[in-house]
Amino acid sequence: MSQSAVDVPPKGGFSFDMCKRNDMLIQKGLKAPSFLKTGTTIVGLIFQDGVILGADTRATEGPIVADKNCEKIHYMAPNIYCCGAGTAADTEAVTDMVSSQLRLHRYQTGRDSRVITALTLLKKHLFSYQGHVSAALVLGGVDITGPHLHTIYPHGSTDTLPFATMGSGSLAAMSVFEAKYKEGLTRDEGIKLVAEAICSGIFNDLGSGSNVDICVITKGNKEYLRNYMEPNPRTYVSSKGYSFTKKTEVLLTKITPLMERVEITEVGGEAMEE
Amino acid sequence: MSIFEYNGSAVVAMVGRNCFAIASDRRLGVQLQTIATDFQRISKIHDRVFIGLSGLATDVQTLYQRLVFRHKLYQLREERDMKPETFASLVSAILYEKRFGPYLCQPVIAGLGEDDKPFICTMDSIGAKELAKDFVVSGTASESLYGACEAMFKPDMEAEELFETISQALLSSVDRDCLSGWGGHVYVVTPTEVKERILKGRMD
Repeated sequence: MSQSAVDVPPKGGFSFDMCKRNDMLIQKGLKAPSFLKTGTTIVGLIFQDGVILGADTRATEGPIVADKNCEKIHYMAPNIYCCGAGTAADTEAVTDMVSSQLRLHRYQTGRDSRVITALTLLKKHLFSYQGHVSAALVLGGVDITGPHLHTIYPHGSTDTLPFATMGSGSLAAMSVFEAKYKEGLTRDEGIKLVAEAICSGIFNDLGSGSNVDICVITKGNKEYLRNYMEPNPRTYVSSKGYSFTKKTEVLLTKITPLMERVEITEVGGEAMEE
Repeated sequence: MSIFEYNGSAVVAMVGRNCFAIASDRRLGVQLQTIATDFQRISKIHDRVFIGLSGLATDVQTLYQRLVFRHKLYQLREERDMKPETFASLVSAILYEKRFGPYLCQPVIAGLGEDDKPFICTMDSIGAKELAKDFVVSGTASESLYGACEAMFKPDMEAEELFETISQALLSSVDRDCLSGWGGHVYVVTPTEVKERILKGRMD
């Protein structure tokens, strides 16, 4: 009977076995690492035919921009999308997990997913971790009961609203919505308003930046407009680029040829003869 | 001092035309004292996928052993190698599993996918994937590396030019970081061969 040091893939959920060691390191004076956050401006609004979601595309690690063009609008179901702000790993993991649960639920019930189902699954998960899973979400979609838009906070509370903003740029974006939102917007008016709100976040909030992503969901149809607007192109491109005349000094070179990929084609159709 | 500055590291990966390059420094230290000048930060998972791990050296080695184990299991079950995108998802899941007591390292994954299309990505210590089309960086020298790569990178470089660019970016960035350096280790992978080179750098 072997002492099980074997790392068999566990059944799921978090594992806390490194916590003691990490606490010991922190007590010794080493600071804990900072995680990738999505500083962010995320918004959603309901227009006459459905829901429009918008997000910026900057991911930050402390004060540094780690990713200039990340995707913050996550797929949940063919008719439901979710924007995420907060710790990037948490928003990705939580939306992936609930997306899988929704798919299994669709197979089991044989019906399209409802937005309220996604909402309940997300809020249950987030509440059970008491806010330590730091994901602030704007969930929107169109199901059989009509268009819905919800916000979900990291501790598990939710709001149902006609227009919503979250993230560090939420105040900038909300000011645009409060001034210009009205019921019964057309598709073009809605897209224009969402783009304006995200741009207001991009230009006024330091945690948001780069481009605008938009997702329009209507009954039976969705359009994911990745990089709908790019208001921050690179303004100083060197036409020549860098060329290195003096070569790097190399101490040692080792070349490993990779195995040739062989194409096997069957010739003739004769079965093996005994 | 941050936990990532305990050992010091610098890892960078860049995309070229049908090839990729991944490079790291070679120093292993304990805070300000240097212990080794030939530390392996980049490891091969299979012929077409490489992973470079920066951060606490003990977690780098443990995580690498776990990933090799999982890949070998995958090879036995599926009778083929993992695609780089799949491998990145595996690493992300393993890191997120330890969300509240994480491995203190940041991986950089580089590989050649279907049709020899290069793939690179990096993650923070809890598995937030960051895919990029040009370059990814990680380690204590990451801020300098961001700057150097932004300036020196050009799209669609061939293997030799890519090697020059990534080496120059790495060496100039680690020169501005006390905790990394002592040479460089560069792997340039094309569909036909893997070229591993050791660079001469400042030894201070």
